[in-house]
Amino acid sequence: MTRTTSRPRRRREQDPTPSGTEDPEVLLGHYRRMLLVRRFEERAGQEYTRARIGGYCHLNLGEEATVVGLMAALEPTDYVFTSYRDHGYALARGVDPGRVMAELFGRATGVSKGWGGSMHLFDVDTRLLGGYGIVGGQIPLATGAALAVAYRQGTEVVLCHMGDGATNIGAFHESLNLASLWRLPVVYVVVNNELGMGTPVERSSAEPELHRRAAAYRMTGERVDGNDVLAVRDAARRAVERARRGEPTLLETMSGRLRGHSVVDPARYRTPAERDRLAQADPVARLRGQLLAAGVLTEQAAEALDAEVGQVVEAATEFAEHSPHPEVDTLFDHTHATPVPGETRRLPADPLFPEDQ
Amino acid sequence: MPVITYRQALRDTLRAELARDPSVFLMGEEIGVFEGSYKITAGLLDEFGERRVRDTPIAEEGFVGAAVGAAMLGLRPVVEIMTINFSLLALDQIVNHAAKIHGMFGGQCRVPMVIRTPGGGGQQLAATHSQNVELYYAFVPGLKVVAPSTPADARALLLAAIRDDDPVLFLENLALYNVKGEVDESAGPAEIGRAAVVRPGTDITLIGYSRMAAVAVEVAERLAAEDGVDAEVIDLRSLRPLDRRTIVESVRRTNCAVIAEDDWLTYGIGAEIAATLQEGAFDWLDAPVRRVAAAEVPLPYAKPLELAALPSAESLATAVRQTLDAVARRR
Repeated sequence: MTRTTSRPRRRREQDPTPSGTEDPEVLLGHYRRMLLVRRFEERAGQEYTRARIGGYCHLNLGEEATVVGLMAALEPTDYVFTSYRDHGYALARGVDPGRVMAELFGRATGVSKGWGGSMHLFDVDTRLLGGYGIVGGQIPLATGAALAVAYRQGTEVVLCHMGDGATNIGAFHESLNLASLWRLPVVYVVVNNELGMGTPVERSSAEPELHRRAAAYRMTGERVDGNDVLAVRDAARRAVERARRGEPTLLETMSGRLRGHSVVDPARYRTPAERDRLAQADPVARLRGQLLAAGVLTEQAAEALDAEVGQVVEAATEFAEHSPHPEVDTLFDHTHATPVPGETRRLPADPLFPEDQ
Repeated sequence: MPVITYRQALRDTLRAELARDPSVFLMGEEIGVFEGSYKITAGLLDEFGERRVRDTPIAEEGFVGAAVGAAMLGLRPVVEIMTINFSLLALDQIVNHAAKIHGMFGGQCRVPMVIRTPGGGGQQLAATHSQNVELYYAFVPGLKVVAPSTPADARALLLAAIRDDDPVLFLENLALYNVKGEVDESAGPAEIGRAAVVRPGTDITLIGYSRMAAVAVEVAERLAAEDGVDAEVIDLRSLRPLDRRTIVESVRRTNCAVIAEDDWLTYGIGAEIAATLQEGAFDWLDAPVRRVAAAEVPLPYAKPLELAALPSAESLATAVRQTLDAVARRR
C-alpha cells in the first residue's frame, strides 16, 4: 500500500451502557426489532438451503443495528428505497413478516405478489418503495422521489439505502449532484460492510472513507458506528432533520457482514481472525449484553423475547408455506398499468394470431 | 384546420398539457434558458417557470432515473433527451427501472412518464449522433414506444403519452421537425398501440414509422403518378405495442409488402414486421417481404457516404418496383 487509509473506528466490547436517558421501552423495542431481523434472516437462510426460497437471497445478518436505527429515525409518511439486501428494512418498517417471507417463497400473498422475490420487496402502506436488484439503481429513483416531494412542497423525507459497492457507479455521483443542486429532501445511507461481494472497499474505492465523497457535492457527510443502534438512529435523525430543510446528507454506517454476500456464498475469503472480529462486533449480542448489564433486560425476559420472536418467525414461515402460488393466468396482469390494444399475451408456443387458427 | 410544423405541434401540446395538469413538468438538458437543443420547448420556461421547466445537468442516467422516481410518486414528468443516442447513457434506468417497476412489484406502482427524444441521421453528425436505436426500447415489455410521422400525430400521440399511466418513449426525428401539416386542435389523444392506414391502396403495402412513414407516403404518390400503382401505406405509429392485426389485414388484401425503416436491417423493427407477415399472411403473400433499411455501418460524416447509407424515397421506390415486378403488378 502506498497510501494510508484511515480504518473505521470500532468500539470494542464492554461499551458503556447506551444512553442512560433513553426510555427503556424504546431500547427494548429496538432490541426486539433487531432480534426479529436476526431470527428472520437466519430462517430465510435455512429455507433457501431447503430450496423453498429461490433466486438470490441477501441477508441483513450483522446489519441489524443499522437497519433498525435507520428505520427508527423516520416518520411513517417518509419514503424508503433500498438495495437488494432489503428484508430487514421491510420488517423494521413494520411490514408483516408473513408477507415478507411469502414474497421470498414466491407466493401470491407476498409483498410484491410473488413478482419480485427477495431483492424486490415493495409495500405501499409503509412507503417502502422497493428493494432494487441492480446495484445503485435505486439512487436516481430515490432522488426523483425527493424531487416529487419538493415539487409538491411536502414535508416527507426520502431515505435511500445502498451498499458500499454502489458508491462507485456513475448514477451515485449524478444523483448526489442533483440532490444538492436542487436541495432535495433525501438522506443517502451507505451501509459499509467493507466488502462489495468479496472485494474490500480499499480495493474498489480510491476514497475508502465513503462519507467524504459528500464534500464533492457540498453535502454533509458523516460516518457512524453501524453496530450501535442509537448512534445510527441519532445520526439518521440529524440527517432527516437536515433533509426536511432541503439539505441532503451522505451517511455512512460501519458494520460487518456476518455471512457471505448472499446465502450461496461461503465467504472463504474471510480469515479466521476476521470471523472472530465480526463475531465480537455482533450488534445483537452487544445490545443484549448492554441491556442486561443496565438492568433494562433480565435473562428471563430475554429468553421470553427470544421465544416470542421465534414464534413470529415460525408463524411467518408457516404463512408463507401455506400461501397459494400465483395463478398462471395472472401472468400478463402487470406488464402495463392499463390495458393496451395490441399488447401480446402469448405464451411461448402460442401462435401470433390464435384467432386465425 | 391550422397548418403547423411538427415542432410547433410538439410545443403547443407541451404548453397545453402544462397548463391543464399541474403534475406535468418538463425536465432535460438545455430545455429552459437555451429553449431546447431543437427549440421544442421555446418560451415554456418564461411561461411556466423553473419548477415546471427544469434544466438538468448533463447526467442522463441521473435525471431520467429521477423522472422515474418522481413518476412513482404520481407526478407526470416529460423528459427530453437531446437525441436518442444519449438515451444509451440512461439505459439502466429506462430498461431496468422504468419498464420494470409496475410488473416487478406486482402492479403496486405506476410510472407515468414520457421520454421525448429525436432519432435520425442525415445531418452530417457522424456515427455517435445519427443512430436509430428505438428498437432497444421497442424490445422491452413494460415500455411503450410511439413514433409519430406527422404534426397531427405528434400532437395526438404526445397527448396520449403524457396522459398514459405507463412509461412511454416518444420518438421524434430530426428530419421531421420542420415538416408541416394540418393539426386539429380539438382532437383528443390518439390510442397508443394502433397503426394507421394513411393511404389506402390495393396493389402493395408499404409499412413505415417516423420519417420513413412520411417517405413511404411520398413514394406511394410517385408510384401512382409514374407507374399507375395504387399502394397502401401503413404508419405504425406505435412500435410497442405493435398493431400486428392492421398490417396483416392489409397484406392479406394487397398480397405483397415492403417495409421502410431508418434503423439497421439485421434484427431491426422491419425484421419483426416481416416475421409477423410470414406468420399472419403466409398464404396471401405473392412475393417475399422486402425491407429497406440503413446500411450496416456506423454512419459516416462525409455527405456522399451518409447519403448512400440512409434509406431514401429512391431506395424505397426501387425496392417497391422490384417487388411489383415480381408479382407482375406494374402497368
